[in-house]
Amino acid sequence: MNKDLRGVVVAHGRIAEALVSAAEGISGVSDVLVPVSNDGCDRDRLEDRIAEAIDGHPTVVFVDLPSGSCLVAVLHRFRGELNVKVVTGVNLAMLLDFLFHRELPLPEVAEHVASRGSGAIRVT
Amino acid sequence: MSIVLYRIDDRLIHGQVVIGWGRPLGAEFIVLVDPEVSGSEWEQDLYRMAVPRSVDIIFADVEEARRRLPEWQADRRRGILLTGTVAAMAAVCRNGAGIPKINLGGIHHRPGRRQRLPYVFLTDDEYRTLMDLQQQGPKITAQDVPTAKAVGLDDLA
Repeated sequence: MNKDLRGVVVAHGRIAEALVSAAEGISGVSDVLVPVSNDGCDRDRLEDRIAEAIDGHPTVVFVDLPSGSCLVAVLHRFRGELNVKVVTGVNLAMLLDFLFHRELPLPEVAEHVASRGSGAIRVT
Repeated sequence: MSIVLYRIDDRLIHGQVVIGWGRPLGAEFIVLVDPEVSGSEWEQDLYRMAVPRSVDIIFADVEEARRRLPEWQADRRRGILLTGTVAAMAAVCRNGAGIPKINLGGIHHRPGRRQRLPYVFLTDDEYRTLMDLQQQGPKITAQDVPTAKAVGLDDLA
């Protein structure tokens, strides 16, 4: 287990807070996921919030939409940063998968959670 | 006139612009006036991802925007002109430029700014710039999304 690996969830409104709370409640794992809201932020301030949440840790940043202010802020500050991988379209299945695969190297855990998250979308 | 929305929004192109305003207004092009983005291809790619393929995006700095504004105003398509700052909008709309309305969409907190609405923070200088701009013709209101109530500049003092 990579105890240093962190997940930062960046989303509109209260989505991040709710997703992190639900993931922690289901898994019993805490202090790994950090929620960040874009409420009341211009891009610079949102970038600062994300940087504070990452705090130098190797991190998967989960973003709600595949475009828009949250993704722009993350990529503007952390594009090309080797210790940061960005996964868009965050959902609960993705976060739970992340919490239980933190032993994987950063690039692999990002691919793993993206695959699990997209696989959770089904029509029945 | 084919620019149907002039907006100041420091998040530039994002959901409120593309979905909140762009859809009901039937926007077919967006002019983003921002010196940093106009000089950065990868940032332009990032903003293109936020917009449907049917919507054209034009990236410009202030000088180009001043020069090409009449061209965009004469475009047969419906467009949105967007700046990230009060100063940039004031520079583009010099002497009113035949603009009927300017929308304050999102100007967030920074040191020196005072809250006027939950999504509008202005320094006193920015407020004065907007008052001067309004005296040149455009009516200026704050309204983050079309379903919200428009708030006049006098009520933001």
